[in-house]
Amino acid sequence: MRHIARFLAFPLAAVLAVASCGLPSPGGGVQQPTGPIRIGLLAPITGTTAASGTDMLNGWNLYWKVNGIKIGAREVQTFHEDTGGDPTVALTKARLLIEQRQVHFILGPLLASEGLALADYIKGQGTPWFLPVVSADDLTQRQRIPNMLRVAGWSSSQPHHPFGEYAYEQGYRKIVTICADYAFGHEVCGGFSHTFSDKGGQIVAQLWNPLGTPDFSSYMTQIRGITADAVFALQVGADSPRFVRQWNEFGLKAKFPLLGGEVLLDQSLLRSMGPEAEGLISAGHFAEGRQAKATQEYVDLYLKEYNQLPSYYASALYAAAGWIAKAIQQSGGNVEDPKKLLEAVKSQSLDDSALGPMKLDDYGNPISNTYIRRVERRPDGKLWNVVVKTYEKVSQFWNYKPEDFLKQPVYSRDYQGLKK
Amino acid sequence: MSGARARVGWVLVALVAAFALAVPYLTSSFYTALVTQLLFFGLLAMSVGLLGGYTGLMPMGYAAIMGIGAYALGYLITRAHAPMGIAIAGAIAIALVVTLAFGLMAIRTSGIFFSMITLAQGMLVWGAAYRWYQVTGAENGLRGIERPFFAVRYYEYYYLVLAVVAASALVLWLIVRSPFGLSLQGIRESESRMRTLGYDVGLHKLIAFEVSGFFAAVSGLLFGWYNNFISPASVGLPSSAEAVFMVILGGAGTLLGPVLGAAVVVFAKNFLSLYLSRWPTIMGLIFILAVLFARDGLVGTGRRVAIAAGGRGNKTTAVE
Amino acid sequence: MSLTTLALHVLNGLTFAALLFLLASGFTLVFGLMRIMNLAHGAFYLVGGYIGLTVLVATGNFVLATLSAGAAIALLGLGAERVLLRRLRGQVLPEVLLTIGLAFVLGDLALAIWGGDPQSVPRPGFLGASLTIADVTYPAFRIVVLGVGIVIGGAIWYLQEGTRIGAIVRAGVDDSETVEALGIDIKRVFTFVFCFGAFLAGLTGMLGGAFLALYPGADFEILTYALVVVIIGGPGSLPGAAVGSVAVGLIDAFGKALAPELTYFTVFLPMALILTWRPHGLFGRLA
Repeated sequence: MRHIARFLAFPLAAVLAVASCGLPSPGGGVQQPTGPIRIGLLAPITGTTAASGTDMLNGWNLYWKVNGIKIGAREVQTFHEDTGGDPTVALTKARLLIEQRQVHFILGPLLASEGLALADYIKGQGTPWFLPVVSADDLTQRQRIPNMLRVAGWSSSQPHHPFGEYAYEQGYRKIVTICADYAFGHEVCGGFSHTFSDKGGQIVAQLWNPLGTPDFSSYMTQIRGITADAVFALQVGADSPRFVRQWNEFGLKAKFPLLGGEVLLDQSLLRSMGPEAEGLISAGHFAEGRQAKATQEYVDLYLKEYNQLPSYYASALYAAAGWIAKAIQQSGGNVEDPKKLLEAVKSQSLDDSALGPMKLDDYGNPISNTYIRRVERRPDGKLWNVVVKTYEKVSQFWNYKPEDFLKQPVYSRDYQGLKK
Repeated sequence: MSGARARVGWVLVALVAAFALAVPYLTSSFYTALVTQLLFFGLLAMSVGLLGGYTGLMPMGYAAIMGIGAYALGYLITRAHAPMGIAIAGAIAIALVVTLAFGLMAIRTSGIFFSMITLAQGMLVWGAAYRWYQVTGAENGLRGIERPFFAVRYYEYYYLVLAVVAASALVLWLIVRSPFGLSLQGIRESESRMRTLGYDVGLHKLIAFEVSGFFAAVSGLLFGWYNNFISPASVGLPSSAEAVFMVILGGAGTLLGPVLGAAVVVFAKNFLSLYLSRWPTIMGLIFILAVLFARDGLVGTGRRVAIAAGGRGNKTTAVE
Repeated sequence: MSLTTLALHVLNGLTFAALLFLLASGFTLVFGLMRIMNLAHGAFYLVGGYIGLTVLVATGNFVLATLSAGAAIALLGLGAERVLLRRLRGQVLPEVLLTIGLAFVLGDLALAIWGGDPQSVPRPGFLGASLTIADVTYPAFRIVVLGVGIVIGGAIWYLQEGTRIGAIVRAGVDDSETVEALGIDIKRVFTFVFCFGAFLAGLTGMLGGAFLALYPGADFEILTYALVVVIIGGPGSLPGAAVGSVAVGLIDAFGKALAPELTYFTVFLPMALILTWRPHGLFGRLA
C-alpha cells in the first residue's frame, strides 16, 4: 500500500502540473474593443507539408510588415500554431486558439483533411473561420458551415471547369487524365473532365495514382500505349516534381501536350524544377507572372523579402490579410461580435489583388479569375507561370445553375461528371 | 506494512480521486481536454505496458489497434448509422477479431522479431486506413463520430473518460496481481523455463495479446469520440512509437509508469510546440536521453530515490 | 498488353527494385549481425541525399557527390554507434527506440537546414539523358541505378563470402561469443557493419534523390518500403533483400497497371502473407 501511496504522488503531481497552467489568468475575461485583435493562424511548419505551410506564414507576415501590424487603431496579434499536417493536432491547436488564446477569428489550416477535422468543432464554437487555402469543394456546397468563409480562397474544381473548355477549344478531343487518388485529386480531375466531356470531348482513360507515388514509370508506360490528343495531370507535393521530370525523361513530353492542374505547377514546386517544366500549360486561380500592378508589386516585394517567388499559398494569405483588414476597418474596427465580423468580411470585395479581383458568392466562396498559364523562364533564371488567357468572374459552379450543380454528388472517384 | 502507512496510502488515493473529480471545476475547458487526452492515452500506454512491460513482448503497432477501435466505431456510427450501443459493441468485436489474427501471427516469435512483425501489422492497418476509401474515408478520415448523448459536453465527456479509464485500470491491476499476471512476468523472465514448468506459453501470450488489444481498442473509442474524428495520421509508426515511449519513459513493468509517461508525452507535445519550432528535435532528444539514462523510467527512478531517501530494509521486487 | 509494354513494365520494376535493394541491403546487414532494427535508416537516406545534393551543387561532380553522401552518413553512423548504441548493446528494444529518437531528430534538423520544398537532385551530363531506341524512350539514369545495384550487390556478396572480414561477420551472426573468444574484437566488427550500412543508406539517398526527390517525410516513406522488402526477403539475408526488392519492384510496376485500386495493398499483401505463413521471410532465420 505504501508503494501505491508513494507512486500516486507522481500522477498527482503530473495532473496538478498540467491543470495548474490552466487556472484562469487574472484579467483575461472581458474583451475590450480597443485591445489588440487576436488572430489564430493554423499552418504546418513541420512534417511533409512544411513547405506550403511556411509559405502561408510568409505571405501573411509580409502583408503586416508592409502595412503595419495594426488595423485602424487596434494592434494585430497573430498566434500561429503548427499543425504538422496532422488533423488531430490541428484540432488540438484549434481548441488552444479558441479556448485559451481566445482569438477573435481563425485562418487556415492547409489540408482538406485538417479542415474537415476542424469543421464540426469550429461550427459549434461559432468563431469566424476563414479558409484561404483549404479547397474541399463541399465546404461551400453541400456541407456549408454558417461561420466559415473562403476569404481569398478557392474550390478545387473551380479553375478546372474553364480549363476543360479551353482544352476542347485547343482542338483536343481525346484526353487521358492522371491524378492523385484522393479527394482533392478527384475534385480537380472531376472539374476538368466534366466540362471537357460536356463540350463533346472524350476522356478515354482515367489513371489514379496514390498520394505519395515515388515511381511513375508504370503510369508512363501505360499512357504511352493509349491513343490520345493530350494528357491532364494533377499531382501534389513531392509527387509533382517527380511526375514532371519522369514525364520528360520517358519521352512523353515530346509525345503529348500536358495540361496541368493548378498544384502540379504551383510556384512552391516549380522552384525546384528544371528545364523539363518549361512550356507546360496549367490552369489556376493565381499566376505569379500575371502582368497586373497588384500582382507584380506584390511579387517584387515577396522576392525581395524571401528571395523566392511566391506560391499560391503565400499569395492567398497575403490577399486574405488585406481583405480582412479592409473589412474590419470599414466596420469600425469591431471584431468582438462574430456575426457582425462575418457580415463585414462577406460584404467586402477586392477590385484587384495578387490573385486578381475577388468577391464572395452566396455560398461563401470567391468569384475570381482563372488563368491559363504557361511556364517560362525569367531573365534572372527563375521559372514562373505567365498568363496565356484569363477567364473572368469564374464561380465555383462555372456556368451551371447552383441548384442543378448541387443536385449532383460531389466529385469523387466514382463521379467525374462524365457524360454517359 | 504498518497501519499508519496504510492509512497515509488511502488518504493519498482519496486525494488523487478527489482532485481528478474536481478537474473541470479547477481549470478551463482546454486543460480539462488535455487531462482527458492524458487519460485515454494513459489507457493505451497501460495496454502496451501489459504486453511489453509485464510479458516482455513490446508491440510496435499499437496505435493501429487503437485506430481499429476508433475506425470501427467511426464507420458504424457515420456510415452504417448504427445505434450507439451496437456501434460500441461492434467496434470492440471487430478490434478483438483483428487483434486475434495479429496475435496468432505474432506470438510465434519474440524479441526483435515480435517487434518487427507488430510493426508490419501496424503498417498494414495504416495502409488500409489510407487507401480503403469506402470504409475509412482514406486520407480525409471519418468525421462526425458523435459521443453518447450523456457525454457530449467537454466536462461530461471528461467524467465518462475518467470512469472508463479508472475502471480499466482497476481491472488491469487485478489481472497483473493475479496468478495469470505473475505467469506473464515469468514468461518475460524466461519462456523456456515456464514451458518446462508446464505452462502453455503460447496460450498465455495470446491471451495477453487479446487483453491488451481489448484495452487499446477501448482507448480507441475514447480517442474517436474525443475528436469526433479519426484519420490515418493517428495510426502510423510515429504514433505507435509514442505509445511505446510512454511505457518506457514512465517505467515498464508497472501500471502507473505508462500513465506517467502518457502525461509527459501529452504535456510535451502540446506545450513544446507552443514555444519551440524545432520541437520534434527536442522530442527526439528526450526519447534518446530517456532510453540511455532512465531505462526503468520515472517510476523506477522514483523508487530508487524513495528507497535511498526513506526506506530501511525496503527490498521490494518489481511487482506493483 | 503489347510485348513492348510488358518489357517496359519489367524494366521499370527491375530498376525500381535496384534502388530498393540498395536501401534494404544496408538495413538487413545491420539487422543480421547486430539484431538492431535501425529505424533511422530512412533518415540516414534523406540526410545523405541532402548532403550529396549540396556537394553536387558545389562541385558539379555526381560521382564525388554520391561518395561524399555515403561517407558523410558512414561518419554519422560511426558517431551514433559508438556514442549512443554501444551503451545499449544487446538490449533490443531500447536500441530500436533510440533509433526512432534519432530519426525524429535527423528529420527535423534536415528540415531546418534544407527547408521543406521538395528538391530533385539534378543529373549532369549523360546521367540526365534519355535513350531512344525505335519508338521507346527510357531514362538512362534508371539503367545506371540498375547497374549500380547489381555491382554493389555483387561487391557485398563477395565481401561477405570471399573475404576474411566477411567470414568474421558471418561468424559473428552465428555466434558472437565464440568469435570474441577467438580473440577478435567483435565490437569493432559491429561498428564496421553499422557504418557500412549507414554508408549504403547515404549513397542510396543520393541516388534516390536523383531518382525520386528529397523532402520531409521521405525518410519514413522510404523506410516503409525497406521494411516491406526486408520482411518479405527475410531479415539478415542479402539474397533475401535481392529477391524481396525484385518482388516488390515487379509487383509495384504491374500492380499499378493491372489493379490500380489496390495500389498499396499489392505491396502490403505479400508482406501480410509472408507474416502469416513464414514470419522470418523467404530467406531469413528466426534464431
